[in-house]
Amino acid sequence: MAKVIVDGIEVEVPNGATVLQACEAAGKEIPRFCYHERLSVAGNCRMCLVEVEKAPKPVASCAYPVADGMVVKTDSPMVRNARRGVMEFLLINHPLDCPICDQGGECDLQDQAVGYGMDHSRYREPKRAVKDKYVGPLIKTIMTRCIQCTRCVRFASEVAGVPELGATGRGEAMEIGTYVEKALTTELSGNLIDICPVGALTSRPYAFVSRPWELRKTDSIDVQDATGTNIRVDNRGPEVLRILPRINDDVNEEWMADRGRFSFDGLKRKRLDRPWLRVDGTLKPASWAEAFRAVAAKLKATAPDRIGAVAGDLVDAEAVFALKALMGALGSANLDCRQDGAAVDATRRDFFLFNTTIAGIDQADALLIIGSDPRREAPVINARIRKRWVLGRFPIGRIGPAGVDLTYPHQHLGEGPAAIRALLDGSHPFAETFRAAKNPMVIVGRGALARPDGLHVLAAAWELARSANALRPDWHGFNLLHLFGGQVGALELGFLPGKGGKTLGQMLDGGVDTLWLLGADGFDPALIPASTFVIYQGHHGDRAAARADVILPGAAYTEKDATYVNTEGRAQRAWLAVHAPGEAREDWRIMRALSEGLGLRLPFDDLAQLRARMAEAAPALAQPFARRGCTDPAGPAGDPTAMSDAAFLPAITQYHLADAIARASEVMAECARTYGEQPRLQAAE
Amino acid sequence: MALSDKDRIFTNLYGVQDWRLPAAQKRGNWDGTKAILEKGRDWIIEEVKQSGLRGRGGAGFPTGMKWSFMPKQASERPHYLVVNADESEPGTCKDRDIIRHDPHTLIEGCLIAGFAMGAHAGYIYIRGEYYNESVVLEAAIQEAYDAGLLGKNACGSGWDFDLYVHRGAGAYICGEETALIESLEGKKGMPRLKPPFPAAVGLYGAPTTVNNVETVAVVPTILRRGAAWFAGFGRPKNSGTKIFCIQGHVNKPCNVEEEMSIPMRELIERHAGGVRGGWDNLLCVIPGGSSTPLLPKHICDDVLMDFDALREHKSGLGTAGVIVMDKSTDIVRAIARLSKFYKHESCGQCTPCREGMGWVSRMMERMVEGRAEIEEIDLLEEVTRRIEGHTICALADGGVWPVQGLIRHYRPVMEERIAEYKRRHAKPLPMAAE
Amino acid sequence: MSAPGAQGDHAEPTHFAFDAESEAQIARIIARYPAGKQASAVIPLLYVAQKQMGRQTGSAWVPRVAMDAIGARLGMPPIRVYEVATFYFMFNTRPIGRFHLQVCGTTPCMLRGSDDVLRACQDAGHLKGYGDTSADGLFTLTEVECLGACVNAPVLQVDDDYYEDLDYDRTVALIESLKRGERPKPGSTIGRQTSAPEGGPLTLIDVPGE
Repeated sequence: MAKVIVDGIEVEVPNGATVLQACEAAGKEIPRFCYHERLSVAGNCRMCLVEVEKAPKPVASCAYPVADGMVVKTDSPMVRNARRGVMEFLLINHPLDCPICDQGGECDLQDQAVGYGMDHSRYREPKRAVKDKYVGPLIKTIMTRCIQCTRCVRFASEVAGVPELGATGRGEAMEIGTYVEKALTTELSGNLIDICPVGALTSRPYAFVSRPWELRKTDSIDVQDATGTNIRVDNRGPEVLRILPRINDDVNEEWMADRGRFSFDGLKRKRLDRPWLRVDGTLKPASWAEAFRAVAAKLKATAPDRIGAVAGDLVDAEAVFALKALMGALGSANLDCRQDGAAVDATRRDFFLFNTTIAGIDQADALLIIGSDPRREAPVINARIRKRWVLGRFPIGRIGPAGVDLTYPHQHLGEGPAAIRALLDGSHPFAETFRAAKNPMVIVGRGALARPDGLHVLAAAWELARSANALRPDWHGFNLLHLFGGQVGALELGFLPGKGGKTLGQMLDGGVDTLWLLGADGFDPALIPASTFVIYQGHHGDRAAARADVILPGAAYTEKDATYVNTEGRAQRAWLAVHAPGEAREDWRIMRALSEGLGLRLPFDDLAQLRARMAEAAPALAQPFARRGCTDPAGPAGDPTAMSDAAFLPAITQYHLADAIARASEVMAECARTYGEQPRLQAAE
Repeated sequence: MALSDKDRIFTNLYGVQDWRLPAAQKRGNWDGTKAILEKGRDWIIEEVKQSGLRGRGGAGFPTGMKWSFMPKQASERPHYLVVNADESEPGTCKDRDIIRHDPHTLIEGCLIAGFAMGAHAGYIYIRGEYYNESVVLEAAIQEAYDAGLLGKNACGSGWDFDLYVHRGAGAYICGEETALIESLEGKKGMPRLKPPFPAAVGLYGAPTTVNNVETVAVVPTILRRGAAWFAGFGRPKNSGTKIFCIQGHVNKPCNVEEEMSIPMRELIERHAGGVRGGWDNLLCVIPGGSSTPLLPKHICDDVLMDFDALREHKSGLGTAGVIVMDKSTDIVRAIARLSKFYKHESCGQCTPCREGMGWVSRMMERMVEGRAEIEEIDLLEEVTRRIEGHTICALADGGVWPVQGLIRHYRPVMEERIAEYKRRHAKPLPMAAE
Repeated sequence: MSAPGAQGDHAEPTHFAFDAESEAQIARIIARYPAGKQASAVIPLLYVAQKQMGRQTGSAWVPRVAMDAIGARLGMPPIRVYEVATFYFMFNTRPIGRFHLQVCGTTPCMLRGSDDVLRACQDAGHLKGYGDTSADGLFTLTEVECLGACVNAPVLQVDDDYYEDLDYDRTVALIESLKRGERPKPGSTIGRQTSAPEGGPLTLIDVPGE
């Protein structure tokens, strides 16, 4: 530790800490533009200059290491003069167009100018104008505002792992851009907007939409992948106007994936905002009473073992719990939440969770990815893997489709189970690397399980982890990477075939007469037999609603107080930001109301009661999250020797169109066109 | 008491003789190199320290001390010698002569310096514009390899040493040692934050010492003739001989190797044919390359050409590029052109330099015309103070010093220029509308 | 200066491949740097590409496809090559004339008449000013910063060669001979012994050697 005196306050900071960190430890705020604690240090903006005793010049506190006994002044005439100077230089070529700038009100430059700027400009020369650049469909650039801090360049190279942004030219002609006017090939591009300290990079969908002080801010959870990214939903009146990440170092640090951030226009489009009833083969608007009557009549008329329910990918735990309770009351055990047919084994929590935890990736020293593309399936977790890779000594092997760019180099070990066998029997050299690691981790994707031999793949992957000594009380190296925010909650609640219950495949195979789809848009509705009566409860008129006989309009994740469980098994709470449109209702209330009509009144009258019951059924949903080791290395059922030779297929092929909200979003549609996720023909329509 | 030819190190400065190895050897290059190396690292560094040699690239840091910063113990990281041949400071053209006419002084110096700092490889970073010079240098290095003076067991010393030439491509900033290293690594020449210093983390992250061409090239002769010989020239702490580049309004511009601490007037009159129109026609001199503030005639009358004497007058020896200006000079324009140079050469990394050099340059352009307000001279001065000392490297400092020197010594000229402009343009200035 | 970063309105070729001569140079260049540090060769390879374009098209510049080829060869992301190519002044990111007239305009040359050299280039080369390429495609005129030949000021660099101690007339004569397809001997245009004072060296009269 080093003892440092900052403005007369003595603090102790670790050796190797920077002066800036020492100042913060002393409670002194240091203005900065280029410095960002999750990026490499550039030291170029010069805003964080402080005075260090005996140093002849002010030093850049973000880059300067502390020394024991150092005396730092953050408010001396030298420092104030330096900051005023830097601020003046930053502003001379800045357009000062705050009134029309979307960053206005949350702009570092604007804020610092209040502290260190002058009330007039002494600059009489012509101002510099910089041509705006194209960097993709999500980011608007106004490059004259750029202060060349290079945060964006560093973010793209270091965090996103797409070295496509740069500073070309030099001196005052230096410009930020791709030079070739191309869309950045990252699923994390929205974070560029957050890290840009000025209004150079702003949100295109949010352009000229609102001012920050007009917005109501509600904490929520991104459900569009299984990371459980902590977010903030900003609304004005009934409309969600933007979504931003919140900081949670254990989950998303401060990053967020583009689909979760930019799909929100999809929350307004293709919405199911009233009940519908199929009359003479066509869906007609109906009242809640009519819809409930039709559903109740059908359920009563169907034998309990001929009723089935499927939970979708974006559903909240409360809705799943209510539906499961309703099905139980009806006497049906035909439940399933695995629309992809993944052979998830929910007999033990650590068989289906990301047990290492996201933050635990930092401690791993070898990684094997089986049938997963974390970059498209969970971009923020992928960035965490990349962060670990950047630190070095982190061999990564992957089994799955060839030619996948994960933003970090890795060994491609094979396309299918043969490679797993080669690792198990030690014939592949990576086996030795993996076993030599102290904290190896395996990530299994849903894509590896959504196949006939999925059960065996799961068992084989577990066995690989076990044989590498990755299953220990102090380290759990087995991980399942799920795809969406509702999947794990449903597994935690056991929304799976009960005793004698049918799987989704069996239900579709004529196993049921009445099928309740709770936001289940993840499979092809054409597979539902024509004779099956379909109740669709959900928020979007996506794939399945058109097949429904009754539509019960539910609430999207921004429209309810709800619990979501991420791939780690971390239960997190989202809050209602806006009300569901029209007659749509929070989902658990729909089940609760219907149960009344069926005479099967569910035993909870409000959310608190429901949650109390839910906590009894699944205690993990109510407990603080904690990382768990592995105390029982016995693996899931399945026979590693029974795996087929079929190659693993990607679980997500169209990143920007992977869920119902995204598919309703025009912004995501534009992204899909830009990144070639749709056939050209369709794009031209 | 001028330096005599027998005490000149660069005996082929003008290229009268052949640069190739046989001729160089006749001039005494590569004489007893093996024996020098056999005296060992510590002896070499100590001798260089004793000679009082200070870096010839502008900053004047004691060379022996710089070498001693390199780690003593060998580790798995290699050590590198990097020679700064990015000679780009306006007014400076001395290294060019060493490279094209006396390359073996440099190459031999590289081997000795490399050996002394434990380096098995050296890179000579030569400015891109010196294309023909680089061709000579590469050929001379090849000669040295062919003669067994470089490469495995160089000079039979048992020390392996490889030497490579790397061309820059037009960026003054690459003369800054960490920018040079960045450039050599294949990046933009943007200076690095220090610490860490190159001796700890330099080229490819390895311990590195960057030395100017002239600094390295004088070392073999110092070691052959002894530290005391070199230290015998010039005043204490300013010892040795030095190549001066005398240019501008002199009758016969030239490069010449002279003794340190030679009076400026003697230097100019003895070697460059004197000031055009006579000494009394002198306006001022920029004594050490463009970054060093100008000195008006009354200081030039008796100032000595060394580090300390020039610093006493708020200027510096710099690279010893002596830019002489007679009374016909538009001194505001002469300095404004330097401001344009620094604006052009700013790497753009640090805010004060990127934004400030353009501001200074544009104000100076108006000052040339007189299209300004008198108070703007104070603003200009203040802007230079806000730039100075606030950046990662010293480019910005060197960029504003000439302007500060101008204001310090020629403020009345600037004021008169403004007044004259106002007389010619009776109406108020339309600047704000521009 | 050639507006770094700007794509300009010129046509960019769609294909670039190093020819045999370039490949031979590249092999030698990459060998200079330690294994894994081949990015060091980016500046040298940009030169190789620029020279090759000069050989093949008469215009020594670096098109984008050549930068991409260099990035691929050195394992660098293309943007890092673009950054380098636009940072260093000697790379032409747009086509130039057959002869590149580079007038040093910095103070040491200015004091000795670089204004006249510029005027001579404009008059004899039919050039409007800095940044211009003559209609016949023979000349591109660029103002460059100090070329480091200050005791031989003013200096004009034609492609790789320095012409020194110029004045208006000698500059015109130089350009006229370029037009005739001649390449006058580089160096002092008044017959000086390199950087020695005019009239012959006053020092180094008595040195051992030849």
